[in-house]
Amino acid sequence: MTTEAKFDQRTAAMTVGTKQSIARSSFKHTLLIAFGLVMLYPLIWMLGASFKDSEHIFSEVSPIPNPFILDNYVRGWDGAGVGFGTFMINSTIVALLSVIGNLVACTLAAYAFARMQFRGKTFFFACMMAMLMLPHHVLLIPQYILFANLGWVNTFLPLVIPKFLAVDAFFVFLMVQFLRGIPVELDQAAKIDGAGPWKTFFYVILPLLKPALATSAIFTFIWTWNDFLSPMIYLQDPRNYTVPLGLNAFLDASGDSAWGAMFAMAVISLGPLFGFFLVGQKYLVQGIATTGLKG
Amino acid sequence: MGEARARGSEGPRARKATSLRRAILAEKIAPYTFLLPWLIGFFVITLGPMLFSLYLSFTKFSMLAPAEWVGLDNYIKLFTNDPKYLDSIRVTLVYVLVSVPLQLAFALAVAMVLNRGLRGLSLYRSIYYLPSLIGASVAIAVLWRQMFGSNGLINQVLDFFGIEGMSWIGNPETALGTLVVLNVWTFGSPMVIFLAALRQVPQYLYEAAAVDGIGRWGAFRHITLPMLSPIVLFNLILQMIGAFQAFTPAFVVSGGTGGPVNSTLFYTLYLYQRGFTGFQMGYASAMAWVLFLVIAVVTAANFWFSKYWVHYDD
Repeated sequence: MTTEAKFDQRTAAMTVGTKQSIARSSFKHTLLIAFGLVMLYPLIWMLGASFKDSEHIFSEVSPIPNPFILDNYVRGWDGAGVGFGTFMINSTIVALLSVIGNLVACTLAAYAFARMQFRGKTFFFACMMAMLMLPHHVLLIPQYILFANLGWVNTFLPLVIPKFLAVDAFFVFLMVQFLRGIPVELDQAAKIDGAGPWKTFFYVILPLLKPALATSAIFTFIWTWNDFLSPMIYLQDPRNYTVPLGLNAFLDASGDSAWGAMFAMAVISLGPLFGFFLVGQKYLVQGIATTGLKG
Repeated sequence: MGEARARGSEGPRARKATSLRRAILAEKIAPYTFLLPWLIGFFVITLGPMLFSLYLSFTKFSMLAPAEWVGLDNYIKLFTNDPKYLDSIRVTLVYVLVSVPLQLAFALAVAMVLNRGLRGLSLYRSIYYLPSLIGASVAIAVLWRQMFGSNGLINQVLDFFGIEGMSWIGNPETALGTLVVLNVWTFGSPMVIFLAALRQVPQYLYEAAAVDGIGRWGAFRHITLPMLSPIVLFNLILQMIGAFQAFTPAFVVSGGTGGPVNSTLFYTLYLYQRGFTGFQMGYASAMAWVLFLVIAVVTAANFWFSKYWVHYDD
């Protein structure tokens, strides 16, 4: 057999191999896309339903609205008593303040735990780890009594102030873990250069913490935006409602008659989450993969 | 130097000593200033309330009158004289025991398919992760309520195939199932963790297995699964703790009632009903402490049983 013939044979074998693997991978892709479509179908359908009139919502599997109407958005935005714009503003205030609170308080605590020596450190660290496991429901009632006595019911304070006191142990833990990956030599070098702990924190550590800060910010925003139980307990006046409360009030008030308007507002309420999802996708996935956050 | 002379008797050496002492003191205090917000949070809104809630669990308390000590009455009543409470336990256990394993099985299966050199991985990962992000929101609960209602999407699809539907959320036999489906739908976050773990499995193990002529199933059974077992345990514990505390979907889908016939009366939903609509704060506190104990016991049991199936490389 000449070398040329050998070569031909080999390329022939290779093409068969590639053909097979192309067939296999396109089968895989088809399967994955089909499965993805089934999973996302309810969302696509809801988006479509928000542009349908009520007659078509209850008779169509297809997500494509025909006729296409915007009326649901108009009615929904004005509806539910106070107006959905107010709920959106309230939710934005609560979520942004929560993000700031968590970033400031959790980072400070994490820096102390990861880098500083002080009396009681082991004990407090164990307490922080125990807080990770404690169900929120154990604190629900006594915290309500505490905040009610402070006159904070029907304000945003019970939702926001705890974040400034680093009660989300999860983010403290996340940042401690992240700090462990940053070489201690950096802090020591800063100390030799005469920087105090605060200077070191601001100029050396904080810039390096960016990925952990981004992950914490995104998850704090998403969790606060989705939170339903705490606002339901603390906010009574509809003018103070956050988006989930507004949406739920809608459901109670209008029964089954206003699905179109309700879906329109549901779509709007998911808007900021989709926005964060698109922008912060990289950090989001890294954050879950490395720390096992629950979404 | 000019400053020292101005202060008269205080010489440069004495000044050095005080500034050194001050520096040492500053270094001792600094950690606590960093930790201050956390310390306040820990004592004032975590530890204090925790102890208070333990105390309340032994009292009868409605917020209108002072708490009245009743000893173990709340706990005894929960288990002997409250059929609704037993229902809520049953519902929650079924929900946890069915939805979590299903969710993890999906997560692992999809992660396995996505794992090996597939193009567009990040796109698929995003698509499958998306429901995890929004699954606990009221918007999705509203959607679920319509989808599984008598005029809902599910019945429209069934009708398309000529099958007659029913009100899935109105039927006590199927209502809990719709919430199980919702939880399984959010398999994306354990999937992302599985994907990260699969990447850590050394490739040479599979190569060695191929030489030994072990098939795909064998490789999964004897390499992938054992190597992944610590992550399976991690996901299992995390998702179980989450499922025990699920609230929003059950509240919204049942309109806050836990119906029909208590079939979606999640533990936390019943706790909310007792505490915040019935103002039985002592009783609800006892419920919260039982939940805490159950979660602690289940987590500990998971760790204990894990020695039979989790393999660590060491």
